[in-house]
Amino acid sequence: MTADDLHEFTLVVNGRPRELRVPARRLLSDALRHDLGLTGTHVGCEHGVCGCCTVLLDGEPVRSCLAFAVSVAGHEVTTVEGLAGPDGTLHPVQQAFAECHGLQCGFCTPGFVMAVCGLLADQPEPTEEQALEGISGNLCRCTGYQNILRAVHRAAELLAEQGDRP
Amino acid sequence: MTTRLFGEGIARREDPRLLRGEGRYLDDLGSDALEVAFVRSPHAHARITDIDVADALDVDGLVALYVHEDLPARLREPLPLLIPHPALTQPRTACCLADAVVRHVGEPVAMVVATDRYVAEDAAERIDVTYEPLEPVVGLDAAARGAARVHDDVPGNVAAALVQEVGDVDAALAQAPHTLDLALEIERSASTPLEARGVYARWDADDGTLRVYSSTQTPTSVRFAVAAKLGLPAEKVECVAPDVGGGFGVKIMHPWAEEILVPWAARLLGRPVKWTEDRVEHFVAATHERAQTHDITVGFDDDGRILGLDVRFRHDNGAYVPYGLIVPIITATQLPGPYKLGAYRVAFESLYSTTCPVTPYRGAGRPQACFAMERTVDAIAARLERDRAAVRAANLIAPDEMPYDIGLVFQDGRPAIYDSGDFPATLAKVRELIGWDDFPRLKAEAAAEGRRLGIGLACYVEGTGVGPYEGGHVHVETSGRVNVYTGLSSQGQGHATVFAQIVATELGVPLDDVHVTTGDTRRFPYAVGTFASRAAVMSGSAIALAARKVRAKALRIAAEALEANPDDLEISEGIVRVKGSPGDAIPLKAVAVLSNPLRYAFDESARAATQFALPASEDRPPIADDDEPGLEGRDYYSPLRSTFANGMHAAVVETDPDTAEVRILRYAVVHDCGPLINPRIVEGQIHGGVAQGIAGALYERMAYDEAGQLTNASFMDFLMPYATEIPAIAIDHLETPSPLNPLGIKGAGEAGVIPVSAALAAAIEDAEGIPIHRMPLSPDELHALRARAGGEAS
Repeated sequence: MTADDLHEFTLVVNGRPRELRVPARRLLSDALRHDLGLTGTHVGCEHGVCGCCTVLLDGEPVRSCLAFAVSVAGHEVTTVEGLAGPDGTLHPVQQAFAECHGLQCGFCTPGFVMAVCGLLADQPEPTEEQALEGISGNLCRCTGYQNILRAVHRAAELLAEQGDRP
Repeated sequence: MTTRLFGEGIARREDPRLLRGEGRYLDDLGSDALEVAFVRSPHAHARITDIDVADALDVDGLVALYVHEDLPARLREPLPLLIPHPALTQPRTACCLADAVVRHVGEPVAMVVATDRYVAEDAAERIDVTYEPLEPVVGLDAAARGAARVHDDVPGNVAAALVQEVGDVDAALAQAPHTLDLALEIERSASTPLEARGVYARWDADDGTLRVYSSTQTPTSVRFAVAAKLGLPAEKVECVAPDVGGGFGVKIMHPWAEEILVPWAARLLGRPVKWTEDRVEHFVAATHERAQTHDITVGFDDDGRILGLDVRFRHDNGAYVPYGLIVPIITATQLPGPYKLGAYRVAFESLYSTTCPVTPYRGAGRPQACFAMERTVDAIAARLERDRAAVRAANLIAPDEMPYDIGLVFQDGRPAIYDSGDFPATLAKVRELIGWDDFPRLKAEAAAEGRRLGIGLACYVEGTGVGPYEGGHVHVETSGRVNVYTGLSSQGQGHATVFAQIVATELGVPLDDVHVTTGDTRRFPYAVGTFASRAAVMSGSAIALAARKVRAKALRIAAEALEANPDDLEISEGIVRVKGSPGDAIPLKAVAVLSNPLRYAFDESARAATQFALPASEDRPPIADDDEPGLEGRDYYSPLRSTFANGMHAAVVETDPDTAEVRILRYAVVHDCGPLINPRIVEGQIHGGVAQGIAGALYERMAYDEAGQLTNASFMDFLMPYATEIPAIAIDHLETPSPLNPLGIKGAGEAGVIPVSAALAAAIEDAEGIPIHRMPLSPDELHALRARAGGEAS
């Protein structure tokens, strides 16, 4: 059995074009983590349920473990590494998680942060129910979700204060 | 002390890094490593008759593959029995790779090393193992029947049997005005951290050292285990726990077969090797817990006071028993909770089955214990038609009875003596927080609208901070940076924050100057591990003691420099001052310079400590006989026995008359872990524990079928709760200090999970009027209970 054929293509990751040369079966999550070294995107279940691998694809939250890298050739991907400022200043959503103790082990956190970015882009002032709904596709084993829910509202406040969009 | 950070709910110092995606979890390391996949048994019980690897050898990128017979002698022997116990008369542990017989689905049979995980799995798929199926043994009934044996040489599948008795139970039951019998069951579940297990090893041929990274709760013990199995001096092995994506107990188990095989292969191949467990592997091949059945007889008086309690229970330990009897021993010894039981006898059998082995999962036997005890108290109240809180109050140990010896030998081999707590005060608080006294009105109002509400209450005592010891090291650099090391590892508990709070408070330095490193044997080689709600108690105390040593040394050196009495000095914001004379001061970093007499001025600050700069004393060497250079100190904390935290939970639920869905309307927690180092972190621990408790009560279970196949081994089917399933949690604290350690603290990590099944069962029983004796409880099962109760009624 021989190695897979390799496909060459470009992804725009965190605003930068990145060249990839990977087999067709290479998952987007693995391409980001192991080919591009962006290990902030985590993999918790490899079957699209836990949400740890959530990234923004053309601005929409998607599960990067359910997409082949080659299938999103030419598209824009935002990972958790693309949020903070160049000097490391936290993005308002990240800041809100820190202020509200919205993380413990931190493994699910990048997925939640990306999901909340997606949520707040659609609903800048989410109701309690919308906030709950917005994070209900991601699993966390540490926090019991209490402080993540608070972080969603705090992030909305911070973004509003800054006149920012996620 | 002016810098009092102990007790402040400050934001966590580890968060910015984790939030930016800069965490370094196991699979984030080793981008140049070869990767491993395992061939695992698809059968619960089978004999291996042939392994044909020919097809796999054709896979491009295959580097090596191994079966049991390929391993050196030491790796063919069974893995260690970690915690031997005299009652564990039939201990059996697994081999790294199965030796002729597999005893649970997921047991490793062959190891494949390849250029990446995709290729490793390609090759693993092409290994053809022929099995001759043997009789599976699934569930406690089948295990106890003993018709089929998990291990040929273990009759009746009994690994161990143990009895503890306090007082004369038979006499107490015979004399009791009332007795009742209950059969209570808790099903299997598992820790299920979102990061599964993983091991990555690098062999450095130049200096003959092995570095092992493992997603573990005990890197120090992994190091010794790997060194022993590989025949290396411990000095040549380092073990590091990087960022760990949750543990909850499963990662205290060690050494995993994979934890031995990966370093072995890295050394043999001379290349870095990594294995990252996938989710299905974690379900079938890590470890589980909780499955126990309990038969109880209780005798009590007209006020519901317990006069005698007789508990017989069976513990399903799975295919192997590497972690010994810790879980059933904890059930046996924590079952009494906050109550005076009169006479108490507890007898258990630990039984083999052809399922995943059992090791502690957050709570470790306590959720079962609490369920057994609290359901019993509720049954007493029901029999006497008395208020459930009142029956509890009648049985509580009073604060002036502390320390209270329950007369049992705890999981650390030492007496279980409650050191602190005010149980009546806790009960009063939880009644208030949930609205216990007003509930009948609420229930009646809801009933008038056709809604079914119920309320439940559950109490627990949790032995935390078990020994034997932990250590801490505090080192002040000449820059003012304070390094803090402890050997146990972190899985999200916020150690980098709370240990820094302790040191900042003890030493009088700014928090930002303090840098904590945990779980790295290069920094601190002596440790036990992170489990049993022990990290803050054990390492926190050790670090406080180490910081006090450093403080004393700093004051001594500063006193000399300032020509003052050490007793007249204080340290605040990193400056040592003469009290009441703020001009007479020296920065701690300058004290660090003076602590290390030098010959060479390698930097500006070092000049002050060189031999012609310091005043010379003719009759004293630069370093006194009983002193050491450097402003640093190390100390250990080894307690006489465990400290006991306690708490009570209460819940109001609504059950849907049609769908039998259970909705939690209110959830209240009152918790006493002594003084809180960081209230925000403690509350986070409680939130997470309660969520895991709710998961275990209403959603999660390990659904083995009769053939021993785990039928829900995915997140699609295991039903881990999302945010939509977890209600708001109201928390109140009681802070009765422990007399056992320098900070007065008690553990907090596991508490949240312990009483949830008991509290929710009580609330559902109250709503439905149907006895609930088994958890978890799905809508299907509640529906079936209703049907049966209706059938019995008609």
